[in-house]
Amino acid sequence: MGFQFFLEVLVTGLLSGVMYSLVALGFVLIYKASGVFNFAQGAMVFFAALTFVGIMELGAPFWLALPLTIGVMVLLGMATERFVLRPLVNQHEITLLMATIGLTFVIEGTAQLVWGVEVRRLDLGIKDVPLKWLADNTGMFISQIDIFAAVVAAILVSILSLVFSRTKVGRALRAVADDHAAALSIGIPLKRIWALVWAIAGVVALVAGMLWGARSGVQFALVFVALKALPVLIIGGFTSVPGVIVAGLIVGATEKLAEVYIGPMVGGGIESWFPYVLAILFLLVRPEGLFGEKIIRRV
Amino acid sequence: MIYRESGQFRTTYNQDTQIFPLRQDRFAMIALLAVGLVVIPLVASDYWLKALLIPWLIFSLVALGQNILTGYAGQLSLGSAGFMAVGAFACYNFMLRIDGMPFLVALVLSGISAAVVGMAFGLPSLRIRGLYLAVATLAAQFFIVWALDKFGWFKNFDPSGVITAQPMIILGNVFDTAQEKYLIVAVVVGVLALLAKNMARGSTGRAWMAVRDMDVAAEVMGLPLVRTKLLAFAISSFYCGVGGALFAFAYLGTVEPSAFTIDLSFRILFMIIIGGIGTILGSFLGAAFILLLPILLSVVFHLIFGNAISASVISSVELIIFGVLIIAFLIYEPHGMARMWQIVKEKLRLWPFPH
Repeated sequence: MGFQFFLEVLVTGLLSGVMYSLVALGFVLIYKASGVFNFAQGAMVFFAALTFVGIMELGAPFWLALPLTIGVMVLLGMATERFVLRPLVNQHEITLLMATIGLTFVIEGTAQLVWGVEVRRLDLGIKDVPLKWLADNTGMFISQIDIFAAVVAAILVSILSLVFSRTKVGRALRAVADDHAAALSIGIPLKRIWALVWAIAGVVALVAGMLWGARSGVQFALVFVALKALPVLIIGGFTSVPGVIVAGLIVGATEKLAEVYIGPMVGGGIESWFPYVLAILFLLVRPEGLFGEKIIRRV
Repeated sequence: MIYRESGQFRTTYNQDTQIFPLRQDRFAMIALLAVGLVVIPLVASDYWLKALLIPWLIFSLVALGQNILTGYAGQLSLGSAGFMAVGAFACYNFMLRIDGMPFLVALVLSGISAAVVGMAFGLPSLRIRGLYLAVATLAAQFFIVWALDKFGWFKNFDPSGVITAQPMIILGNVFDTAQEKYLIVAVVVGVLALLAKNMARGSTGRAWMAVRDMDVAAEVMGLPLVRTKLLAFAISSFYCGVGGALFAFAYLGTVEPSAFTIDLSFRILFMIIIGGIGTILGSFLGAAFILLLPILLSVVFHLIFGNAISASVISSVELIIFGVLIIAFLIYEPHGMARMWQIVKEKLRLWPFPH
């Protein structure tokens, strides 16, 4: 297994890591703004992809299905904030976590009820074949979809950074993320900001869902992708967007490399637990993650 | 009126510290035990025993373990299904590889194996708390199921990947009818529940609750944090392990590692949330609720819609109702059904007066 193969595995891992980062991005947005760990993000990714495919199957073309699905996700985010989070404001973080676990079940159940349980294909017009130019010049086989996903993710993150740093709404979002009470005291409408954040997270979930769906089909296993995003969050830090990108790359790359190089020694299947063990090791050394804020507990 | 304690005086410390200080409570408990251990095996049908009562007791035991860890000690854990798996496979291997191993001894040993594994995966709790710990226990869940699946030694190299539990033999008697299995499970669960109640009432339980409320303050006060947290993990995993062994031996009869999914871990967590976090009664109530709800739903659906509804629709609705109930309980009654029962008892004390 030569160096070229190693590079191939590495790049594929990095690109799949980008996908994890996309899912984890939704988590970070919500956690930064409202301190809630949204366990339901994976279910939202699944629901978004399923709704998009479902609407297209009902006959709507791409350019109509996309805004409709965005609308649905925005509504879902706002409904979540209004009916699940607002009654539980200021509760213990574990209570909120368990509420979002309950929300996961609700979203999964609704998705299955409305759209059924078959696996669906999501066609973005990009084939899952190696990029010819790259294969010809360097001999590496890297799927076009993976590259497309990386580009889309980069664009999304840049748009989000621009919104956060240059616009008035972005400033309000950052203020709320920093300190709720202070933001409230200078007149920022907290409830509206929370609803906005959940809506944005829903849209991010849609992008992630479409890319994941294009890559591996829209199926129930997509929900477990969210579980994979947890180590990404831990390694990167819960409150940092660049951290989530870097951590996603790390998790994706190490997971693939471990599976390919260490896997055969123990019979394979390492992918299922390797990121978690990596996260534990990170936690023992640096509990707040690579880029996270230091956790200070007061007694 | 029924539940008043007037006229019942306690004159010794022993009387004051008993589990059921009120005569009504003692009477009710004795009646419950009599019904549970004598009447039910004689009267209940095999279906009731095998499909409802035995799994209820087994899941109450596992929920008890989860409650000890998450409810009393405050360490959020999503790995209980993994510890059940350890218990199940440990019991199977102990009985397989050691000739003449008595079943009850194997049960205890399997609990101890699960406790050791639980302590190993509980080590991160000394450094991390809250959500991060939940992720660490997720690692335990995935790793354990992967290891039990990959290394064929655990399954005695069975090519089908499914192990068949040996019959339970105690003192030469084979326990294989539904009534006999029910009796074993009832006795084991009853004894372990009593132990858990006493642990929760005593200094161990108080140490756990101190750690749950604010572990830094507990440490400052002088509680040995390492010992307390690891003990919580060990005892909780012991209960989950024994529950898992009974799950394999007294309920299913065959078991494979992939039966202990993350979904099962979530259900166990839901059992204690709905039943009552941090209570012993809550484990039993929550287990009953989570077990009975799917059956109730399918019966109701069939009554209303006949056979027009497919199973997948029912299971989707079941998911939705679970989720809504979790959220509703967290918003309106965060202490669960056990607290609702306590409110009923308080009202009973005053009945027929309103206050």
